[in-house]
Amino acid sequence: MSETSERLPAGVERRSIEGRSRLATRGEPVYGEPTADGWRTWDPNRSKLGAMIELGMDHGLVGDETVLYLGAAAGTTVSHVADFAGPTYAVEFAARPARDLLSAAETRDRLIPLLKDARRPETYGHVVEADVDAIIQDVATRGQAAVAVRNARFLAPDGRLLLAVKARSEDVTDAPAAVFERTLDRLRDRYEIRETERLDPYHEDHLGVIATLR
Amino acid sequence: MSEDTDATNGPDGGWFDGLDPEDDDAAAAIIEGRAETPRGWPTLAVDSGFADDTDDYYDRLRAAATRATRRTVRERERADDRQLIHAVRAMDDCERTANEVAERATEWAGAIFDTAPTGVDGARDVAAREPNEAAERRAVSLATRAVDLADERDELSAYIERTAPSVAPNLSAMAGPELAARLIALAGGLEPLAKKPSGTVQVLGAEDALFAHLAGRAPSPKHGVIYTHDFVRNTRPADRGSAARAFAGKLTLAARVDHYSGELRAELHEDLRERIATIRARADSERADTEGVSADE
Repeated sequence: MSETSERLPAGVERRSIEGRSRLATRGEPVYGEPTADGWRTWDPNRSKLGAMIELGMDHGLVGDETVLYLGAAAGTTVSHVADFAGPTYAVEFAARPARDLLSAAETRDRLIPLLKDARRPETYGHVVEADVDAIIQDVATRGQAAVAVRNARFLAPDGRLLLAVKARSEDVTDAPAAVFERTLDRLRDRYEIRETERLDPYHEDHLGVIATLR
Repeated sequence: MSEDTDATNGPDGGWFDGLDPEDDDAAAAIIEGRAETPRGWPTLAVDSGFADDTDDYYDRLRAAATRATRRTVRERERADDRQLIHAVRAMDDCERTANEVAERATEWAGAIFDTAPTGVDGARDVAAREPNEAAERRAVSLATRAVDLADERDELSAYIERTAPSVAPNLSAMAGPELAARLIALAGGLEPLAKKPSGTVQVLGAEDALFAHLAGRAPSPKHGVIYTHDFVRNTRPADRGSAARAFAGKLTLAARVDHYSGELRAELHEDLRERIATIRARADSERADTEGVSADE
């Protein structure tokens, strides 16, 4: 899992926290995560992107990039992203988690909270800049592939989509493998799929996807 | 950047178009603006003179986006108080109707079947029976309606438990979600509740007693719906007026914080706990006098 060849973005390190080697970023704690020497644990059990990095997927993140994060929720993952990335646009549509997102943004001067519907990018096309280096998506609604496709307009030609697909958001009755296949098919309208991996054991019935623009 | 730097006012311009950098309208521009196609906004903003450099641009954007998000969050959550009012009234309707229909159904069932348990639990027993002829079918069906209504009451209660803390975090933390919802419903919304004096909040739900008092027919009521809370009910009768007054005072503050800021304020809850502890300590210091006083008034 953690080979020495592992490529972590600048600003993300493996640190010994509470006696274990764990992914960590530097910043103010957000949700009571364990910390040591100013580093805060990035728990792959609580973060799909954390799981994708932990599983060694080829995320392509190097640090200091411009990021569009779709489905920021209460800011658990996007706070870690803002710790190592540059300008980070955090889109969340639900009011309640957005409150916590605002708290996470307080101590992060390049975390830009936006209360917008990720299914309607035209409502934030006047705010989010063109050619972001990465789109990170973790939205738990139906039509996750459609969200990624519609937001492709923001991605730089050499940028990457890092997507966590939740099978049960699409169809609770269908087999996850079938749901993932349909989602990937729909993604291929705009993207070339580079890598996929199930996020077990960190997140059941989730598929991590890394893609670039076609 | 090779893009057109003439950022004009139009449906597809940046959020900063035509804005004075110090303008509070920046939040409105974030909320209301739109553009199908994103562009290199940071560069365009610097070129147009809106920002000195891209660092300055991101500072301004973050400030405006934060204000916009905070404003929209508050507006959305306030709108939720309407749903809460409907839910709490519907919950009461369901409970009352469930009990009425259950009584009727179990009375009828008692005339048909051997055993005749009453109430909603009785209706559940009846609803589970296999009817054999027309009258039995009607009684069992009626019992099923009572059970459905009781289940709907529970669903509504769960909805209130989930929703009230986001509409009114402090009020819900202090009073519990259900009582918070009742106070909001009795006042007609969170905003009207936030604007009421604490003496009014103290007797919300005791309007009949209050009007009897105003007409000179009764003593002033000590409490309304807040009586259901432990702070009032489980304080000895002699001190209940003080407890109700203290509780209503803090509830009023909680409603105001919820309406105007929406942040959870821990110290508000600490203050109230201390105040109630002080009031209840009176009973300890007068223990001899209060021996034998029952919990009921």
